[in-house]
Amino acid sequence: MAYPPDLKNLIKLVEKTRAKRIEQAKQGIDFPKTTLEEQEEIVRKFHPDYKEDGKRALAVGPNKGQRIAHEFADILEAYSRIDPDKFDLSRTDYTCDVLVIGGGGGGTAAALMAQEAGANVLIATKLRHGDANTIMAEGGIQAATKPDKDSPYYHYLDVVGGGHFKNDPELVRTLVTEAPYVISWLEKLGTMFSKFPDGRLQTLHGGGTSRKRMHSAGDITGCEIMRVIRDEARNRDRITVLEFSPAIELLISDKGFCCGAILYNLETEEYLVVRARAVVLATGGCGRLHVRGFMTTNHYGATADGIALAYRAGVPLRFMYSVQYHPTGAVFPEQAEGILITEKFRGAGSHLLNIRGEQFVFERGPRDVTSSAIIRECEERRLGVPTPTGRVGVWLDSPMLEVLHGEGFVEKEFPGKHILFERFNINISKEPMLIYPTLHYQNGGIAINKDATTTIPGLFAAGEVTGGVHGENRLMGNSLLDILVFGRIAGKNVAAFAAELEDTGKPTLDHVQKYHRELEEAQIPRSKISPQILPDYISDKVKRRRLHPSILERI
Amino acid sequence: MAEAKPEFDEHKKLTSDEVEVTEELVPIYVMGQRYDVPASLTIQKALEYAGYFLIRSCGCRAGICGACSTVYRLPGSYRVEIGLACQTVVVPHMHISQIPFFPAIKAKYDIEELKPEADVLAQVYPEIYKCMGCNTCTRSCPMDIPVMEYMSAAIRGDIERCAELSFNCIMCGLCAARCPAENVQYNVGILARRLTARYLTPQARHVQEMLELVENGAFDECLDELQKAGEPELRKLYSSREVEPVEADEFWKPTDRHCLAALGATDD
Repeated sequence: MAYPPDLKNLIKLVEKTRAKRIEQAKQGIDFPKTTLEEQEEIVRKFHPDYKEDGKRALAVGPNKGQRIAHEFADILEAYSRIDPDKFDLSRTDYTCDVLVIGGGGGGTAAALMAQEAGANVLIATKLRHGDANTIMAEGGIQAATKPDKDSPYYHYLDVVGGGHFKNDPELVRTLVTEAPYVISWLEKLGTMFSKFPDGRLQTLHGGGTSRKRMHSAGDITGCEIMRVIRDEARNRDRITVLEFSPAIELLISDKGFCCGAILYNLETEEYLVVRARAVVLATGGCGRLHVRGFMTTNHYGATADGIALAYRAGVPLRFMYSVQYHPTGAVFPEQAEGILITEKFRGAGSHLLNIRGEQFVFERGPRDVTSSAIIRECEERRLGVPTPTGRVGVWLDSPMLEVLHGEGFVEKEFPGKHILFERFNINISKEPMLIYPTLHYQNGGIAINKDATTTIPGLFAAGEVTGGVHGENRLMGNSLLDILVFGRIAGKNVAAFAAELEDTGKPTLDHVQKYHRELEEAQIPRSKISPQILPDYISDKVKRRRLHPSILERI
Repeated sequence: MAEAKPEFDEHKKLTSDEVEVTEELVPIYVMGQRYDVPASLTIQKALEYAGYFLIRSCGCRAGICGACSTVYRLPGSYRVEIGLACQTVVVPHMHISQIPFFPAIKAKYDIEELKPEADVLAQVYPEIYKCMGCNTCTRSCPMDIPVMEYMSAAIRGDIERCAELSFNCIMCGLCAARCPAENVQYNVGILARRLTARYLTPQARHVQEMLELVENGAFDECLDELQKAGEPELRKLYSSREVEPVEADEFWKPTDRHCLAALGATDD
């Protein structure tokens, strides 16, 4: 979609200031940098993590009193989709040794390892098997695999440096020492990593790495990994997959073991009871909660369901105050919304501009500072550029690079983005891009130990649903690694646990009843229900005309 | 339709609140039913705008998962066009239907037991010989993959070529849905890729060397040191760590050998 006339008019304002800006850039004059104190101030005032009005103290549960984003609090301070007093647990629809909740990379890795250890596995997933953030990871997977220059020691240092030194040391140690095993495992399964002719793996730097240890499969690393492990799961007997069947409650036995879950068939709208000897929670991230209204790079099902389920059962959460935003996500055209626009544009000299075509921030500062300045320009100063879908953004002046570095520079240096925008009839060599910070990753999640166990026996967890390994900030390439390291550990351990357990005991929903009482005491209205399952993007115009709420709300 | 607006004044000091950006609505037909939707929307968002709550036919919303395969026809044309709903912008008067699932055959195999011989793809999927070279698969691929070419490679027994050409496949199923020979191209592709990576590409020796080192506890003491270190100590180690230069080549070696394998240990 080309820019509509209203936006083309606004681009004239960018063009009007361009000659003077380029002249200054050529003289090496940047927009004035701010002092460290000013930077800290702007981050404190405008970075979403620090916005106190965007948070509230949790009214219930193990983390009661801790301040987290409203969107997270909303799914935690909420009632079950079922009535725990009336729900019939005498019926069993599926029986298995191991129930894996979530069919992304973490869940699939867990299923493969559990099956290998002899377990009968059922994977229950919300969308299709493999519809997950895993498949969207482009950049790569970190691992210290080159002994002549790298070791888990340096990987460890990079991980904790990125996480503001707040990471859980045991989890980090596990992540970095298991990393080469993951690469070896993937290689044996037949993952087409980018290699030199002699088989040596190609590795690159990522933000915050001290060694080039980013392994990739072209620029579709996550997609390749997911394709391979999903294919492997489909080849194995004793792995059954239930698609379009998200879990909406865990079952906890009278002996205190996690012994199954209640699933919800999204198409028939039936509830299904799964009895298992043990459970792995691998439900992934939260982008579709749109924390503070941010757009997201995440897939359609990323609604943090697992956090709500585990919390209700009494599992504590960690680092939930910390969410990762990338400063430059596309806001126009809408089909590119949320897509990352690489930092390389600013590195090459592109300016960030407000609706008047004026610079407002030094473009090559730290990510959190740049994100905060963009948010300030749009929110406080009201100088953002509105889009047809009701969003707001600032210009990233790519055409000026053609003047700074010569004609053809943008297409040569940014072929992927050039083609992407060309499909929408936007030539980024001639027209600027509209960008805004985009919600990328949930740093926090449920607490796990290095063996992927939780506070509930029989409940294991892996991947983005957990918190601790990345501290307050994850490095690029460590999420694909995280899901596979802890997914594999969860799979091995859950199978051993299931094999040894004599009797899980009788399944109950006592934890839900207890949680409901707590919610009532906190006077949480009955209309609050979670997990959310899917975001609702139906236009308000249609909703106002409806006789009934949408299918998922019709409970 | 938008009403006439006052002329755009480029000298005015604007704020966001003074500008309204609007766009026209265009008609599309969803399984025959007309809806008027904003002209800039993708098919996916147009469906949501029109009031559809998507359960199937929606995944990553970014063009890589293959959930939203869509067929459509444009006015005045007999041709069936294809696209991913999340990546395809609506065209006025287009007729749309989605293909959320296709009942394709997937062979079960043990990758460890297959041999990367020329006829292995045909052994697992004998129907590849039914290919009549019509090229409908290539024309149906939203990723612009030369599907028929990689199927030809599969028939010739060129596993590596099949793998290489099919690498960008997102397994959306449109090729199989339209194939008159009833092939499942994308499952042939992934088998070829797995065989190529497993058997026809040298395995990375340095990974196995690193595993041996880890197995033998070569880094245990170093990691103990880090695990016990307090934040000030970690900060110091972090900021003083040697960083591999971006322009360094593959055989760069750090001068600080702390917590690294002894040099030479991994050479021939």
